[in-house]
Amino acid sequence: MRRLLRKRPALGMALLSGTATAVGIAISLAIDWFPDAASTASKDIDNLWDVLLIASVPVFVLVMSVALYSVFAWKVKPGDTSDGAPIHGHTKLEVVWVTIPFVMVTALALYGWVVLDDIEAKEKDPLIVNVTAQQFAWSFEYPALDKVKSNQLVLPKDRRVELRVKTKDVIHSFWVPEFRLKTDTVPGLTTKVRVTPNRLGRYDVVCAELCGIGHATMRQAVRVVPPGEFQGWVSERKQRAGDGGVAAAGGDTAVAGKTLFADTGCTACHTLADAGSEASAGPPLDDLTKDAAKFGKREGQSAEEYVKTAIEQPEAFVVPGFTKGTMPDNYKKNLSSAEISTLVKYLSDVSGKETK
Amino acid sequence: MTLATKLRGPGWYRAAISQPIAFLFAFGLVALVRSLYGWDPVVDWEAITTVALITMPLGFIVGIGCFDYWFRWAAGAPTVPEDHSGHGATKWQDYFKVNTDHKVIGIQYIVTTFIFFVIGGLTAMLIRAELAQPGTQFVDPNTYNGLFSVHASLMIFLFIIPVFAGIANFVIPLMIGAPDMAFPRLNALSFWMLPTAGVMMVASFFVEGGAFATGWTAYAPLSTEMPVGQQFFTLGVQFAGASSIATGLNFLVTIITMRAPGMTFWRMPLLVWANFTTSLLVVIATPFIAGSQFFVLLDRSLGTHFFDAGGGGDVLLYQHVFWFYSHPAVYIMMLPGFGIISEVISTHARKPVFGYRMMAFSLVAIVILGFTVWAHHMFVSGMSDWLRVPMMITTLLIAVPTGIKVFSWLATLWRGAIHLTTPMLFALGFITMFTLGGISGIMLGIIPVVIHVSDTYFIVAHIHYVLFGGSVFTIFAGIYHWFPKMTGRMYDESLGKVHFWLSFIFFNLTFGPMHFVGVDGMPRRVADYADEFATMNAFISVSSFFFGLSFLVFLYNMITSWRNGPKAAANPWRAHSIEWQVSSPPPIFNFDEIPTVVGGPYEYGVPGAVHAVFKEEGAPAKATPAPAGGGGAPPPGE
Repeated sequence: MRRLLRKRPALGMALLSGTATAVGIAISLAIDWFPDAASTASKDIDNLWDVLLIASVPVFVLVMSVALYSVFAWKVKPGDTSDGAPIHGHTKLEVVWVTIPFVMVTALALYGWVVLDDIEAKEKDPLIVNVTAQQFAWSFEYPALDKVKSNQLVLPKDRRVELRVKTKDVIHSFWVPEFRLKTDTVPGLTTKVRVTPNRLGRYDVVCAELCGIGHATMRQAVRVVPPGEFQGWVSERKQRAGDGGVAAAGGDTAVAGKTLFADTGCTACHTLADAGSEASAGPPLDDLTKDAAKFGKREGQSAEEYVKTAIEQPEAFVVPGFTKGTMPDNYKKNLSSAEISTLVKYLSDVSGKETK
Repeated sequence: MTLATKLRGPGWYRAAISQPIAFLFAFGLVALVRSLYGWDPVVDWEAITTVALITMPLGFIVGIGCFDYWFRWAAGAPTVPEDHSGHGATKWQDYFKVNTDHKVIGIQYIVTTFIFFVIGGLTAMLIRAELAQPGTQFVDPNTYNGLFSVHASLMIFLFIIPVFAGIANFVIPLMIGAPDMAFPRLNALSFWMLPTAGVMMVASFFVEGGAFATGWTAYAPLSTEMPVGQQFFTLGVQFAGASSIATGLNFLVTIITMRAPGMTFWRMPLLVWANFTTSLLVVIATPFIAGSQFFVLLDRSLGTHFFDAGGGGDVLLYQHVFWFYSHPAVYIMMLPGFGIISEVISTHARKPVFGYRMMAFSLVAIVILGFTVWAHHMFVSGMSDWLRVPMMITTLLIAVPTGIKVFSWLATLWRGAIHLTTPMLFALGFITMFTLGGISGIMLGIIPVVIHVSDTYFIVAHIHYVLFGGSVFTIFAGIYHWFPKMTGRMYDESLGKVHFWLSFIFFNLTFGPMHFVGVDGMPRRVADYADEFATMNAFISVSSFFFGLSFLVFLYNMITSWRNGPKAAANPWRAHSIEWQVSSPPPIFNFDEIPTVVGGPYEYGVPGAVHAVFKEEGAPAKATPAPAGGGGAPPPGE
């Protein structure tokens, strides 16, 4: 190789760069870049990404090869006073390196445009979900399904969904990494995301735009379920029935409560050792029994009544040191009474406990 | 000198006295107005802070003496005849005074901005310490949000933008054969606005509610609702911006009107071209960020509704106005670096810059295209859908002029006589890292990709590849390259190389992995993150601490070399451009006789070629025939 480089530098370099390009492309494609793909858009975007990698590696290898080759070939010792070749330019070469990048980026832009049209395509009769963001929680409403409300986004698999996203306060950003889709929530506007989930599972809605101190922890559950199960879930919500997720947790209230606590987004604002959350927008719930004893007594409430009131009417009493209006007051509407009971029971049980 | 004269004359004593006076003025004004309106409480600390944030910096600048000459002139008082006592530095104390010498101002800029670079770097270390593990360890979320906001604001407004102005301040007048900048007093004012802006931003940590915590982007309506610390950003940016605009204007006039005889536009070194184009961007774009922040200020302080959707305001308006500056600002932070790299590569590879004219045209192309791409920061913002595709196309097209530059630098290396000095190493590091940043930039230009990766760590990785691997590497290259000229001493070459390799390696270990966590789903600007990213973040944090330490090598090298380094020759790099044809450091008034430019600036390897000669005007200057490819057109009339 060394001899080849010295004797036929152009050929040697081309061989080296070709190998490096092939290896680079192989490695970059082998890397598992993305989270699970859970929507039809994911596949399109992941393919586009692969094309971008294939186009990028040769460019980078070319730059590196020329730079490294020049250094190795024409490095001089300190004190050497010779000059390089007085080459001022080369018109043909310059035309080439204007044209090729131009063609490349134009092609990529067109491809990007096609993918964009694809993933945002309108389809007939989508399932419409109204999404509302506020500091620091998401809530969801299904207008065509009796205005069912929820704190988790539950979606049927393989159905086109149109999410209409609004905010009550500042800008947030609705993002489900597994769907690869995102839109900011803008005060005064309704923005849209169209998505067709195609993989069953539980994912997170992540807030992607800085929205205040609870931003990092502002996440709630998205569940993609089979259409049949979705219908069941909807009718359960309609009757505001159900058992608060206890059966799904195998009858274990503690597990059901912990799941509900995370999926509802309580973890965005409250520290609770048992749930592993460390957020500080709202009072730490590890002190809940203490707080209930201290503040609940004034109203003549039992500890459990105090917790229930705190969820259903957060304005009724604000723990000193925290601001009134921080906690959304829509949990009574969004959660079923069984869910609230599950939460109250869970919180009363685990408060003050150290994590196992 | 008695204390009374000290207090009356310009300087630190008067500046110190001005502070309580300015504060009392703010206090009195707010109390007076509020009591006239019958508002309760009369003493409103947020309002007082806001007014004081205007009066105190102004008081400082007046006190230190930036306005004395103009005030006397405006008042019709006899002006003090210019005795040049405020020009040039003979002792270190002179660097702490209002000085009109572009070389002194250049050093003032560079040292001040590096101090803020250190503060910004320390905030980065705290950020990485907090992110080393998921959960909350060292700082609460509010402080964390303040840390990264101050980090970005300092690095952008108090380091990268002004340090380039500092380097250019020192070098440009020398390069074009001018005795100084066109407006030396304005130049001094530009400098002194800068530390006030920086001190304001840092001071925000000490007010109630903590530092501004809305990112350097300060998106409304979050910024109109946050505690009083936000005002420190809103107003700090005004001072940094005014400084920038005044400097930009100064460079434009200097470059247009003060070039030496024979220095046609096509004979200007590319650093001059770079600063010319940058200054155009600064002068046109910077008023937009000033506007956006004034709107925020008015919404906060006077209850206007620019960004209050409920009151008829338009939230997206903020982002459009903000990015109409802040995208060109990316080029404000990059074009001067392009200029530095052209100088460094050509000089240390002993070759003419390849395709000189295309290099200059591509700068102009970037300026023009740079104004047509701002909304690519808003692809998921909810703005008009149709605007996205045109902005995607213009964004990707910027790759063409940028590509011209990268390929031309490579072609300049080709068949050169390459000296692997520290500036050259940083230039090579820049080319490779900037190419990576450019590639991720193309990816970010393509809408379906950015819908997924916007506001993730992929963005953080991209911006650091462009701004650290890009801009800061060029700054290091420039500092090492002109260190002998600025200080009259040589830096330690081995330490310089150690600094390069440490920062190059740990830069990649720190920011490289961020690409992966970003695409994998980790949002940016978070104090806490999902456990799945823990390993990668721990690795990034450890790398970042070593990366931070590598800077100490640079600092040590600079300080010891400045004090005790070997004396530098006038032209240690055997460069052709004019700044190297005078002593190191240059004489106070730069030139005993004005040089005449007779050829291109990079005629390395052309037998007998010179860029400029020091001859009395009228004497026949020896001109070299213009070589193909430009750079050496004969002077007009020859």
